[in-house]
Amino acid sequence: MSAWEEPTPPPADEMIKGLWRENPVFVQLLGMCPVLAVSNSAVNALAMGLATTFVLLLSNLLVSSLRHFIPRQVRIATYILIIATFVTVVDYLIQAISLDLHKALGAFISLIVVNCLILGRAEAFASKNGVFRSLLDAMGMGMGFTLGLFALGAVREILGAGSLFGVDLFHDAFEPWVVMILPSGGFFTLAAWLLVFNAIRQRRERLDRAVAGGAAS
Amino acid sequence: MTVALGKPPGKPVPPPIWPLYRAMVGVGLACALLIVVVHQTTAETIADNRAEALERAIFEVLPDTVRTRPFRLDGVEFVPTEGAFEGEQVHAGYRDDGSLVGVAIEGTAMGYQDTIRALYGYSIDLDAIVGFRVLESRETPGLGDRIETEESFRANFERLDVSLNEGGSAPRNPIVAVAEGGKSAPWQIDGLSGATISSVAVANLLRSSTERWVPLLEQQHEVFERGSR
Repeated sequence: MSAWEEPTPPPADEMIKGLWRENPVFVQLLGMCPVLAVSNSAVNALAMGLATTFVLLLSNLLVSSLRHFIPRQVRIATYILIIATFVTVVDYLIQAISLDLHKALGAFISLIVVNCLILGRAEAFASKNGVFRSLLDAMGMGMGFTLGLFALGAVREILGAGSLFGVDLFHDAFEPWVVMILPSGGFFTLAAWLLVFNAIRQRRERLDRAVAGGAAS
Repeated sequence: MTVALGKPPGKPVPPPIWPLYRAMVGVGLACALLIVVVHQTTAETIADNRAEALERAIFEVLPDTVRTRPFRLDGVEFVPTEGAFEGEQVHAGYRDDGSLVGVAIEGTAMGYQDTIRALYGYSIDLDAIVGFRVLESRETPGLGDRIETEESFRANFERLDVSLNEGGSAPRNPIVAVAEGGKSAPWQIDGLSGATISSVAVANLLRSSTERWVPLLEQQHEVFERGSR
């Protein structure tokens, strides 16, 4: 280890970074396919987020504990094998918990396999870090992903169906914008959230610079 | 640095093969084992869920039903059956006093994006469809999927006429979908504007399915009426 290497961040940081600073949905823009496709209601978004978190946790756990056993040349193939296995497990579990939920999530459960967020964390983090840190990382990223999905799902359900978690909010006072629960609504909502997130971040950076400038003078 | 003799210089030494096999096969076997275990442990719950969902749907399409019984089609004869059965079957629903409410039949038709699978209840006494429920569909949310949710559309199936012709070989008036608000006869389905293709798909589903099943059911209605015992 060289002396100029960055100091290892405290473990809690591995978890918190996924929630805001490196949020997979709003900052890294990873795994956009399920984000746009299944965020048409709050329940679907939460279920998809939790299923992804589950796969992320288990695959990070296994990839991290096997990181000295898997040769570089076959790592991607092995990771995909591990991820696909846990996705199959999740698929069976969701079917056992609720067939209606399974029906609503449809093909997107199987497509968790190709969610680049999961392979991305396995390759970029779990294969280089210990089990504990990898689990924290998976937890943080999974929660960040769920948060992002839920932010989209809640807005889309409220505007597109006039309800939240299936509970009618406005009765007849509001005509739902059907476009919001159609695929195009996913893009509109994502764009709006990205606008908000980036505006906040830029404001923060400006404030930080102003404080730094004030301290220097 | 030593270079193995006999090898052309500069060619990279291939990695040892054994660790590659060990990793791939080892992980593969472990994963396969895990999938088998999970499949075995959840299979029963999943089958129960499926049966329960079907049961719920039967109660919904045959009002007043308290008991159901499956019948399978053996050639052209309906035979009471027990438990799971691969093949064509219908479900008879009975009231508390053992009298027949009707028969629940599954049908499929091509919808807007994918096949629609639905269950409907046919009452032999009323010669009419008395309930309809979509089991599986991928219709456009907010537009085509209103065939599942819209009250006004569901009202079509409170009593949709399918009485047979003189010879009893086919329904006298095939079920058709008409434009929203245009229903003028008891065999017409009042369509949904904005969901024309899905409404027509439902009509096609019911028409082709009733043409096939209703004559058979009417011929053998005694089998079902006896079936409650």
